[in-house]
Amino acid sequence: MKILVCISKTPDTTAKIAFTDNNTKFASEGIQWIINPYDEWYSLVKAIELKEADPSIIIHLITVGLADTEPIIRKALALGGEEAIRVNADSHDSFFIASQIAAIAKEGQYDLVFTGKETIDYNGSSIGGMVAELLNLPYVSLATSFSLEGNNATMIREIEAGEETNKVQLPLVVSCQKGMAEQRIPNMKGIMGARSKPLKVVEPVAAESYTSISAFELPPVKAGVKLVSPDTPEELVRLLHEEAKVF
Amino acid sequence: MSVLVFLDQSDGHIKKSSFEAASYAAKIAELTGTNAEAIVLGTVTDELSILGQYGISTVHTVANETLNQIDAQVYTQIIAAAATSINANVVVFSNNFSGKAIAPRLSVRLKAGLVAGAVALPDLSNGFVVKKNVFSGKAFAHVAINSPIKIITLNPNSYSVVLGTASATVSTFTTEFDAAKVQVTDSNKIIGEVPLSEAELVISGGRGLKGPENWGLVTDLAKLLGAATACSRPVADVDWRPHHEHVGQTGLAIAPNLYFAIGISGAIQHLAGVNRSKVIVVINKDPEAPFFKAADYGIVGDAFEVMPKIIEAVRKLKQA
Ligand SMILES: Cc1cc2nc3c(=O)[nH]c(=O)nc-3n(C[C@H](O)[C@H](O)[C@H](O)COP(=O)(O)OP(=O)(O)OC[C@H]3O[C@@H](n4cnc5c(N)ncnc54)[C@H](O)[C@@H]3O)c2cc1C
Ligand SMILES: Nc1ncnc2c1ncn2[C@@H]1O[C@H](COP(=O)(O)O)[C@@H](O)[C@H]1O
Repeated sequence: MKILVCISKTPDTTAKIAFTDNNTKFASEGIQWIINPYDEWYSLVKAIELKEADPSIIIHLITVGLADTEPIIRKALALGGEEAIRVNADSHDSFFIASQIAAIAKEGQYDLVFTGKETIDYNGSSIGGMVAELLNLPYVSLATSFSLEGNNATMIREIEAGEETNKVQLPLVVSCQKGMAEQRIPNMKGIMGARSKPLKVVEPVAAESYTSISAFELPPVKAGVKLVSPDTPEELVRLLHEEAKVF
Repeated sequence: MSVLVFLDQSDGHIKKSSFEAASYAAKIAELTGTNAEAIVLGTVTDELSILGQYGISTVHTVANETLNQIDAQVYTQIIAAAATSINANVVVFSNNFSGKAIAPRLSVRLKAGLVAGAVALPDLSNGFVVKKNVFSGKAFAHVAINSPIKIITLNPNSYSVVLGTASATVSTFTTEFDAAKVQVTDSNKIIGEVPLSEAELVISGGRGLKGPENWGLVTDLAKLLGAATACSRPVADVDWRPHHEHVGQTGLAIAPNLYFAIGISGAIQHLAGVNRSKVIVVINKDPEAPFFKAADYGIVGDAFEVMPKIIEAVRKLKQA
């Protein structure tokens, strides 16, 4: 059984968002980069839990990114996984990234591909579905739990205002979110061990890019809060009704 | 050429976010001088000709019961066939649970660029450029789609419907499709409550409410207003509230007309899920709570004293 875990790098959740070059580039100066939380806490840790239950499972990590993603992939390897593959390309086009992941997944004959729910910077929530279609595999999105019995996976996934249980035969693509696993912190042994794990760098396969970002924009600044005295809370209700007209 | 919109149904009813998507699709059709058509899969009890009021000329139906469970792979197959048969060059979804599962697959199948989470109509002055949310609501990106066919998923509550008086033609669409590979063995949905992702009014509570026994302060107000309820992450983590209510960076991102936050500090990861709300109200006893910086209205005070009075004032207003 082989699992491929997709890892992307994102700015820290508290990072200040700003743009340069006439609002066409993200201002990465001084930004602390992290493993996309969904990829780390849920999908990678879930894969590790599966391996703990069945040591014959092989976990590989994949990232599509330039050399500057290596510290992130090493961090991920410190949590778990036998080896990592970096596809040496820089792209924000979901189809291009998905094509790279699908090519590796096909070649390596993985039984399971895990992605996160979405990247917290570009918020596409698209890569998993695209990889599944490229490989002609089922895709279970927004899974909150996952268990395996032989070749049969059982998952709970979030749907609108509720959840459903899905049963699917491998191979399969799953996007993972909260509930899948508990956050872990890498230990010293993991960190030391990660240094000697193989990190393969491969060149991208030819693929189209269907989208390109032409500019960024920051939302308008709020005018400031209008405070109502705690002695007259009914005044707040009046303002919401008459001024903001929200009800 | 034409614009195709996917109408998402649940229990036989078209979802509110799909009506927004229909209006949005109709406007794109108007701007590009074509027709907007719709497709709905599964058995629907709603009268579909009313989609004409949203600007849809034809609604294509595949009224097959096996399609009442959404299987993204099968849905993609059918929607792709429909898009090809009506020569659609734009396909619109709502950026909800179904849209997120189907649109990426369709993008691959139709070799069509996808923008997920659009918040405005495309700018057609120089190509086809769609504004979308990025950095979890902290910024927008203008994304050009360069392929001949374009797919857009529209964020709920970001496009207002405009109603006309026309009536849509309802027509049966016939195509072959595979059996679902994903087997749904159990499903539990809260029926009757406003789904959080579509709600216009949201009342939300945080750790400041001290425990689940105090949630009446949230749910009573929500009930009076017909609002949905939400919570901060630690509240869901300790099971004071169900997980699907958790909003923020790692929860649901919402954009209601009103987000009413009680006893929530306003951490940056919480704001990431709610900062696109049109009006934000904050009730917090700490004047330094970061949430006040993102709020439109607020009360610095104890929720246990202030909220009962607010609930009473809303009750009076609703009775008036
Ligand atoms: C990577 C990452 C992702 C995260 N994702 C999310 C996310 O998706 N969603 C999310 O919510 N959080 C998320 N968090 C957690 C976030 O950082 C905060 O810890 C969390 O939002 C705090 O929840 P809270 O405001 O309910 O609780 P607290 O921070 O404990 O705030 C409670 C507030 O209630 C006020 N209060 C106390 N008593 C009263 C009273 N009687 N009346 C009125 N006010 C009172 C206090 O002044 C305080 O401001 C994430 C964190 C990380 C690191
Ligand atoms: N550059 C990348 N390299 C590897 N995996 C990625 C990359 N970008 C996104 N992913 C994976 O796809 C998921 C969804 O990303 P997105 O569709 O961009 O929101 C992420 O949580 C990752 O697991």
